[in-house]
Amino acid sequence: MGLVESGKLPKPLTSLLNTSRKYSIWIFQWGLACCAIEMGAALGSPRYDVMRLGVIPLPASPRQADLVCFSGTVTDKMVPAIRRLYDQMPDPKYVISMGSCANCGGPYWDSYSVTKGVDQVVPVDVYVPGCPPRPEALLEGIVLLQQRIGKEDMVERWKGEPLVVS
Amino acid sequence: MTAVSDRQKLAYVNSQAADGRVNLEFETQEGMTLNMGPQHPATHGTLRIIVKLDGESVIAAEPVMGYMHRGYEKLTEVRTYPQVTTLVNRIDWLGSFANEVPFILAAEKLMEVEAPPRAQWIRTILFELSRIANISLFVGDMALHIGAMTAAFYAFRDREFVLNQIEAVTGGRFHPNFDRIGGLKDDLPKGWIADTKAAMEKIRDFCDEMDDLVTGNEIFQARTRGVGVIPADVAQQFGLSGANLRSSGVDWDLRRDQPVGLAWDQADWKVWTHPDGDSFARFWVRIQEVRESTKIVDQLLDGLPAGPIMAKVPRIIKVPEGEAWVATENPLGEMGYYVVSKGDLGPFRVKIRTASFNNVSVVPWVCRGVYVPDVVTILASLYFILGDIDR
Repeated sequence: MGLVESGKLPKPLTSLLNTSRKYSIWIFQWGLACCAIEMGAALGSPRYDVMRLGVIPLPASPRQADLVCFSGTVTDKMVPAIRRLYDQMPDPKYVISMGSCANCGGPYWDSYSVTKGVDQVVPVDVYVPGCPPRPEALLEGIVLLQQRIGKEDMVERWKGEPLVVS
Repeated sequence: MTAVSDRQKLAYVNSQAADGRVNLEFETQEGMTLNMGPQHPATHGTLRIIVKLDGESVIAAEPVMGYMHRGYEKLTEVRTYPQVTTLVNRIDWLGSFANEVPFILAAEKLMEVEAPPRAQWIRTILFELSRIANISLFVGDMALHIGAMTAAFYAFRDREFVLNQIEAVTGGRFHPNFDRIGGLKDDLPKGWIADTKAAMEKIRDFCDEMDDLVTGNEIFQARTRGVGVIPADVAQQFGLSGANLRSSGVDWDLRRDQPVGLAWDQADWKVWTHPDGDSFARFWVRIQEVRESTKIVDQLLDGLPAGPIMAKVPRIIKVPEGEAWVATENPLGEMGYYVVSKGDLGPFRVKIRTASFNNVSVVPWVCRGVYVPDVVTILASLYFILGDIDR
């Protein structure tokens, strides 16, 4: 898109593109531990039905995903794989860290093999607290992320610099 | 990124080198190497399987574990007894309450207290509810791995009924942390018994529905019958337990064979076995197990004794010196705790025996000679949970 790269994107076009982006998020489910089941309940069950929010939970690979949800305990052994799959995702990409373990280590705060927070290796947009969070909590996290995408300045985003939280 | 010490860096390099060695061993052989995981839907999260292929048939399969190792056995040494139940909830995260019970029973054995009958019965009921919550997801998951997505949606839908009942008593959908040394935290809420009976009715309907949808399906049978056969003697040699062992024709269930004080002997139920030992048998035995669990819950709710739910225990729990081993039949198989106490607030050492570790150890044996798509069905039917393997 030449307009975006030149840094001169008209405002109505920005909001149109943002609206289209925020209601067509392909979410890559990275289920790591207990939270994976709650994520499965939120994204794959008829009761919580995530597709009504405009989120499609079934990309075939991280290369087709806009959003990755790390749900569960991140261990030191898993970290290289997490970084690698995050790098494979196309920009613009977003990260939800679900559950206490992915946020900060959770109940394993003094364990020798657990990484204390996935934000040590990838930048996180939304933290969903809880152990595990209820499916509704994850849905709210997704709604918050959508609000944020809606307010995003695309020119700023395309510079490739880290996003500043407002 | 936080600063890492040289020692941590060295440990990281070593772990990577260990992975590399596995790859190297495989790559020096003939054929093609296929890596499944650690992010693969069929591995329930983070199991990694390296498969050596000749065309489409598998020469060798090697599970690589440790991606979910959270160091439970070490963490229990720095926690007090009531804090340990919070941790062990998360070993087998689908049937959390079942994880607490053997540990609490072991601690009670050391302290020589016994929970009152009502607490034992409610423990058994919650134990069976968590078994239903665990295995009902397996039923949908297994169908999902064969390629039938509908069953997974149904499983998630009907599982919610059981989770609601667990939540109504314990306050937690997943990790109840409800068991205490000497009894339970609370009594049952009002109206719970009738609600649970209605939920059990729905679960029985769910089992019938799954029989219609999945078990009798021609494609499902073609993909699972005769695939991944584990004979009884091999199953015993690898230390399989639970439904994986029973589907090989071994009539062995700790709930019946080894009384630990819970109320299973008060109900009339049956241990199902299947002579075939293939993927279909493992699926079939688990569906029957859900049905039996609903029966156990119904009968125990009918005969629930009145009385207190907590025995007399001191406010600050100190477990006297000694060692105790208690194992129960958890949803995935035999789970046991070997607790060593030195008379402190927390255990000195806890050895945790989980079922999935042994269940997965049979993968290299059973995957030789099968086709690649069958690896997925075999893994699904063996039914492991990563927290249960790596602890």
